[in-house]
Amino acid sequence: MVQYSQARLDASFAALSDVTRRGVLEQLGREEASITDLAGRFGMTLTGMKKHVGVLEQAGLVTTEKVGRVRTCRIGPHRLDEAAAWIERHHQLWDARFEELDKVVKEMKRKEKADGRSKRK
Amino acid sequence: MDAVRESKPTPVKNRTTVQRKSERELVVTRTFDAPARIVFEAWTRPELFKQWWAPRSMGMFLRSCEMDVRVGGRYRLVFGHDASNPDEFFGRYIEVTPHSRLAWTNDEGGDAGPVTTLTFEEKAGKTLLVLHELYPSKEALDAAGTGAADVMSETFEQLDELLAVTAN
Repeated sequence: MVQYSQARLDASFAALSDVTRRGVLEQLGREEASITDLAGRFGMTLTGMKKHVGVLEQAGLVTTEKVGRVRTCRIGPHRLDEAAAWIERHHQLWDARFEELDKVVKEMKRKEKADGRSKRK
Repeated sequence: MDAVRESKPTPVKNRTTVQRKSERELVVTRTFDAPARIVFEAWTRPELFKQWWAPRSMGMFLRSCEMDVRVGGRYRLVFGHDASNPDEFFGRYIEVTPHSRLAWTNDEGGDAGPVTTLTFEEKAGKTLLVLHELYPSKEALDAAGTGAADVMSETFEQLDELLAVTAN
């Protein structure tokens, strides 16, 4: 892992410790969006979303630009730095695994229910 | 607006959280819609474990899976599409408490491997799974990849290169 200042890492990890903020980053990774867009998409108030974007901006993960009445957010300038990429990689793997595990568990439950029924007969 | 959302409940996808809890700890949590005994079983019976541990969406392929789930018992997972170039993960179980706790060592990396502890907490028919990995050092966790997923992405990069060369 390349060298990062401790403060930068702390800010990045703190920013990424919240599920909504990770979602916002993912979203902005696909396309830029206004605070209003993001608030709508994540079912939050404008004030709530402004706070989240503020934290991401502090960590250098997001930049915002106000044009007229619209504040547009985009990824950067640090993009998803090492810390974020690291967490994201782990998240992707576990999320993919657990989606498969959901299917296995569902099937086990179904079988158990079917067995239960046949035993009662 | 809130009222509208509540009146139309969409099935909520259970969220996976990943957190670097400290310099040496990684914590992953997820809730499953099943009692703990079922989730525990899916982690401890190789024929079930095999079905989900290596998701195809991550380009992973689990060749074989042996698990002797008891304290001191060993496990061995072999990944890789290519039998001549396998990628092995192994260790031993250090704690086995049916339906509530499971812990094992990860010995393939020598001393740098973490200890993985799983807890299964059942509440109203659902199970909160907490996976905790404790690494021997900060450096070991910094360097920790996603195991076979990393290896596979490297493999695909090599394949891409090969295809690019072949195409020319």
